[in-house]
Amino acid sequence: MSDKLILNRRRLLGLGAASVSTLLLAGCDQFDDLVGQGDNSVRGYLEKANDLTYRVQRLLQGPNALAREYTEADIRQGMRPNGSTDPQGDDYLALKANNFADYKLKITGLVNKELSFSLADLKGMTSRTQITRHDCVEGWSCIAKWTGPQLGPILDQAGIKAEAKYCLYHCYDTMDGGLSGQVPYYETSDLLDAHHPQTILAYGMNGADLPIANGAPIRVRIERALGYKQPKYVHTIELVSGFANVGGGKGGYWEDNGYDWYAGI
Amino acid sequence: MASITEDTARAEKPATHKGPLIYRQSIFTRVTHWVWAICLFFLLLSGLNIFDAHPTLYIGQQSGFTNLQTGDQHLDNQWLDIGAINTDNGPRGQTTILGHSFDTTAIGLGVSGDPANPDFRGFPASVTIPSYYDLATARVIHFFFAWILVATLLVWLVASVFNRHIAGIPPTPRDLKHLPRDILNHLRLRFEHGRQYNVLQKLAYSAVFFILFPLIILTGITMSPGMDTTLPWLVELFGGRQTARSIHFLTMSAFVLFFIIHIIMVVLAGPFNELRQMITGRYRAGADVVFDPGKGDKP
Repeated sequence: MSDKLILNRRRLLGLGAASVSTLLLAGCDQFDDLVGQGDNSVRGYLEKANDLTYRVQRLLQGPNALAREYTEADIRQGMRPNGSTDPQGDDYLALKANNFADYKLKITGLVNKELSFSLADLKGMTSRTQITRHDCVEGWSCIAKWTGPQLGPILDQAGIKAEAKYCLYHCYDTMDGGLSGQVPYYETSDLLDAHHPQTILAYGMNGADLPIANGAPIRVRIERALGYKQPKYVHTIELVSGFANVGGGKGGYWEDNGYDWYAGI
Repeated sequence: MASITEDTARAEKPATHKGPLIYRQSIFTRVTHWVWAICLFFLLLSGLNIFDAHPTLYIGQQSGFTNLQTGDQHLDNQWLDIGAINTDNGPRGQTTILGHSFDTTAIGLGVSGDPANPDFRGFPASVTIPSYYDLATARVIHFFFAWILVATLLVWLVASVFNRHIAGIPPTPRDLKHLPRDILNHLRLRFEHGRQYNVLQKLAYSAVFFILFPLIILTGITMSPGMDTTLPWLVELFGGRQTARSIHFLTMSAFVLFFIIHIIMVVLAGPFNELRQMITGRYRAGADVVFDPGKGDKP
């Protein structure tokens, strides 16, 4: 009886070892269909871990935990440009030709009063300067100094309606949208990040005007998140209750391409 | 004197499994062991895909880069880079470690796949999940299994404190005194099959549980800009986010080394007995182990 049992176990172990080695020999494309982009339930299940990360990190952070601020000595190089570095849309080129004198930042959507600010208006506001580390989702980091007014007080001035849950950042630059051709870059953040003390509308970088390659005239800094949550060339901030009907419905250009919405890790 | 005689006797005894079938691994140890095996498999292969997004490692807070407009590089702090260069014989994979460059085309680092249509990436398709480069998907997989790994480590930690499994892992001073003898026995492929781990096992498992697991988890968390706001001391502890990324990579390499030795030792020490131990918990001990039904032994 016990011999038979051992044989069965032995066979079971053998089968297990054989299937593991087949898997390894066949290469890792075994998993491609299960986890790849597009609709499939396995990937949807795995993505729940990102919701958990978002909830747990928000719980631990509280509303105002600050990203680390560095010193002037830590600025060792220029700010590395990535993604769009020179938008070619007609509207943007016209603004650029006039050195952004005609630029307007609009606050729209679920607000009591829609607002519009010129670059001079924004530069006239109380500003915050912070030297922070920019972390790209690819893995690299770069330290730079950013200057601009905080977004929170501007949103308060517009008066956020109760049903608003997110800020939707519309940008001038376009990205490859596959079959859709070029699509505008956009991002969303929760209102906690929008009101965070370090969330600023940066018009200055490393002591000069924000360069075109880094998002001129305005780049939103959301310092607790990765680089793709720092939209460049922003022209409109729309308060929305959800973003299912915007773009690919995932809350941002990179999110529509499979990246996690939270972007805090 | 008595202990020396006993040691000599033990060292000269051939490795046999003639003793009782002892109960050696609790259900918590066995289940978590296999969950970790699955987690580490997916974490490693998705991690190599993530690495391919930027196959360069640095020391410090940030990544020194060459300004494409001016060609200047003000900060040169990279120590590892896996890339490709053009040569008269076509593209070649090149890995640079601390300024020394090696042609790594043969092992698929830098350039891999079909020579007519090569993949220019750090690690090749055969060791990444997904096989093709897909940072977004690799991150989904990586963070899913990272959560499972951390959760099962906590389960194991609590269970192992209560069932005293963890007390058997760090080597005692007496174990360390036997270290030379134990190394000699391993070199002669004579393994002890006792109730306790031998000192080399204790050292290896201590390194995994008390150094590698904490390091890889903490350096992973350090790379999160969200967590840096909550635990800013982590960035200080590891000397910067890019150093943390480097340590994460080196710890991964140490895990791979551990895995290779682990598998070799399982094969040398008796794969059937070792696998039975990690599935049923029961282990055929050496002839010197005294049968004790009070500990769950079977003859």
